[in-house]
Amino acid sequence: MTAGRLLSAFGRFWWEFIVGDTPELALGVALVVLAAWGLAAAKVPIGAALLPVALLLLLTASLWRGRRPG
Amino acid sequence: MTATLLVALAVFGACAVETVEALTIVLAAGLTRGWRSALEGSVLAVVVLAAVVAALGPALIHLVPIAVLRVVVGSLLLVLGLQWLRKAILRASGHKPKHDEDAIYQREVARLSGLPRPATGRDAVGFVIAFKGVLLEGTEVVMIVLTLGLSSGRLGVAALGAGAAVLLVGAVGALLARQLSEVPENALKLGVGLMLVTFGTFWAGEGVGVSWPGADLFLLGLLALYGMAAWALVSYLGRESVHPGVLA
Repeated sequence: MTAGRLLSAFGRFWWEFIVGDTPELALGVALVVLAAWGLAAAKVPIGAALLPVALLLLLTASLWRGRRPG
Repeated sequence: MTATLLVALAVFGACAVETVEALTIVLAAGLTRGWRSALEGSVLAVVVLAAVVAALGPALIHLVPIAVLRVVVGSLLLVLGLQWLRKAILRASGHKPKHDEDAIYQREVARLSGLPRPATGRDAVGFVIAFKGVLLEGTEVVMIVLTLGLSSGRLGVAALGAGAAVLLVGAVGALLARQLSEVPENALKLGVGLMLVTFGTFWAGEGVGVSWPGADLFLLGLLALYGMAAWALVSYLGRESVHPGVLA
């Protein structure tokens, strides 16, 4: 196996592991954390509720996408 | 104290779930290809995983500033935790089939029995199957041990929790042999998902500058909030599913 193929297999493994079949969760978490970081850097006070509420909305949206209508 | 206990419980639960999945493969390899090869493959994979934790853990602590580590680790925990929680909620509400260890075991046994075996010595197929199974399932545990252990400054507690789960589930699994489906895997997955999301929120928040009221005690509040939300989501989604849910 060449170094290129090894690197590609390594990259694919981590992509599957972190992104997998729920890209909305990986992207959503990145956006939520970056937004919180941006607000903190701009000296906007972040309340304790912001992160949990944003994450619950993200989970609900992902569940909605993954549900199997009866 | 609260954080230490939650770290130990989260790692123990995560490791228990992954050990059940790895054990299914090891049992299938052992019974069809011989125990020596399957056990050697499993032990080598555990040694590799332990070496990764021992090498990466201290290096990351010394090289990466704690605030950056907490944001990165918190985000990783959030992604992993939300994935676990999503899967467990969909299964508990009947929107996704149960992870059936018995069916996986039967499939592996049938596949491995059909392959030719060497007359003497180590069976390479059994060795590789067991090694790969334990290594792949263990990678997630290593991620959880490293992320939870590093962010909380309790790498030893996290490693002990993982070791205890491997020993306990390994022993029980070996005794029960082909009844791994009796392990309440989905309930464990739900519990671990809740704890990973709780810790992920807490550390990612601390990393970006959120000041949590009550410090470590706020972890319990987050856990309760996510627990209630998960219960509400299971109840709501369960009503619109025509299939039976499986919490266990």
